[in-house]
Amino acid sequence: MTAQHAVVVDTVDKVFGTGERRVVALDKVSLTVAAGEFVSLIGPSGCGKSTLLRLLADLDEPSAGTITVFGKPAKQARIDQDYGIAFQQSGLLPWRTIAANVELPLEVHGVGKRERRERARELLELVGLADFLDKHPDQLSGGMQQRVAIARALAERPKLLLMDEPFGALDEMTREYLQGELVRICAETGAAVVFVTHSIPEAAFLSDRVVVMSPRPGRIRAVLETGFSSADRGAGMREDPSFFAAVTRVREALGAAHHEPEALGAAHDEPTPHAEPVA
Amino acid sequence: MTAQDAAPALRRRRTRGWLPRVATGLGGILVLAAGWELYKLLGPDDGVVVAGTRILPRTTDLAMPHIWDMLARLGSGTTRSNRSEPLWFDVLEACITTFGIAAVGWLLGVAVGLGFALLMQRWRLAESALLPWIVLSQTVPLIAFAPLVRSWGARIEIGAFEWQDWMSVAVIASYLAFFPVAVGALRGLQSPDAIHTELFHSYAIGWWRTLLKLRLPASVPYLLPALRLAAANAVVGAVVAEVSTGLQGGIGRLLIQFAGQASGDPAKAWGPIFGAVALGLVAAGSVALLGALLKDYRREEVNG
Repeated sequence: MTAQHAVVVDTVDKVFGTGERRVVALDKVSLTVAAGEFVSLIGPSGCGKSTLLRLLADLDEPSAGTITVFGKPAKQARIDQDYGIAFQQSGLLPWRTIAANVELPLEVHGVGKRERRERARELLELVGLADFLDKHPDQLSGGMQQRVAIARALAERPKLLLMDEPFGALDEMTREYLQGELVRICAETGAAVVFVTHSIPEAAFLSDRVVVMSPRPGRIRAVLETGFSSADRGAGMREDPSFFAAVTRVREALGAAHHEPEALGAAHDEPTPHAEPVA
Repeated sequence: MTAQDAAPALRRRRTRGWLPRVATGLGGILVLAAGWELYKLLGPDDGVVVAGTRILPRTTDLAMPHIWDMLARLGSGTTRSNRSEPLWFDVLEACITTFGIAAVGWLLGVAVGLGFALLMQRWRLAESALLPWIVLSQTVPLIAFAPLVRSWGARIEIGAFEWQDWMSVAVIASYLAFFPVAVGALRGLQSPDAIHTELFHSYAIGWWRTLLKLRLPASVPYLLPALRLAAANAVVGAVVAEVSTGLQGGIGRLLIQFAGQASGDPAKAWGPIFGAVALGLVAAGSVALLGALLKDYRREEVNG
């Protein structure tokens, strides 16, 4: 596999449990993400989208198949800090200031104090929180905390961002605002993004490609090209017919992916800790 | 700042000033004193006896001296001799001695407790092997093994180092002190959410640095109450151990000695009791100071 690909997933299976409780979370999943590309994973609960992201992050290991990140095994990519990660919860450390939270990955990897400070300031400017350096997480709103988490994920200039429903817990207005911010940040950093989401408009707005998945067993149903460039993704795009068309295409692909009613799907939870919001 | 962020959730801890808190504390003491005097005034001389068992104490001056008599007694001499120090002075001196021993016991207990907690956090096997014994250890009555510790200690002599009797007392105090630390620290070290441990896993750093940057800071809200409890336990342990090993100079010895004189001088016996209470409060309060220093690590706790 070539190094210009950010991610190559090659016929990966992931099975949880054994016997009666055996759950096939991923079944022969293959996917390639190009450098700088924005790819969303969307699908109903239990389709394995979060599981796939966790495999990319080497937080879990595939049962079969291989995962390559920038031409290396996922584990090596994790050790080399080739990716930054953000979850649905910001996961900020409450005892650290905002700046110290952003500095955390740099600090644990031995970057000097002054360099850390500078980088944190730079990143917090990027996410529009430069005035909050010395505040603590509990003094920030949920949307602001999530922006800090994104800044932290970018601290080591990764060429790949892994995001597991990072805006899932936010209200719609904050969510749309942060989507716009993310488009800008991605354009500025040139990082590839693998983005897990539940939201059809979110996937359509952000992505170069939308990967539609279906559950039991988790499979890729369709891969849709949105055809938007980052220049297109302004506030006006949300009211553009081409955007509605993209939303419709994703929705239809998702509809085809649903073989059973959602009520049945709800009985099985996705077997990953951060998969779904806790109701 | 943008419109979306115009209302950051600026939560502040609702703190009361020190004055109302001190007033509440003093009020509690006054209520207790009033209750004492009221019962003494109204209760029957022989106490309340139900079916041959006395469920409320006698109210005679011998059994229940007046509060003011007890306080006045603190000001007069420990013995009738002219050269005698006032009672409060001897009590204070004994308290300082016991405080020092309890402090050593506390430090020892905290070190051992933290050590156990780290061991149990690191290896799940250690947790299932050790935790039941740690809980069981606290069911052994202190008085049962206090003389044992003393006689073992007496045999220790390494070079110029000779085991002192107060060291036995400190060891026994640590035996009570280590327990809340071991249990509290373990809970604290295990408290980080999956999201945090996975974040640190994604940073590809080892157990040791995860401990320093994540688990230890996260354990502070659990550790502080455990340390406070350990301080109170260390004082209780030291006092009981002084009594059962017969160590001179501490408040435990004074308690026994003056209790023996209570038939002739009932108010005097209360001097060391007040001293012991004050000692426990000072010990627990010292830990509160530690909490003030670590307040950034308690943000979750105070906002939760």
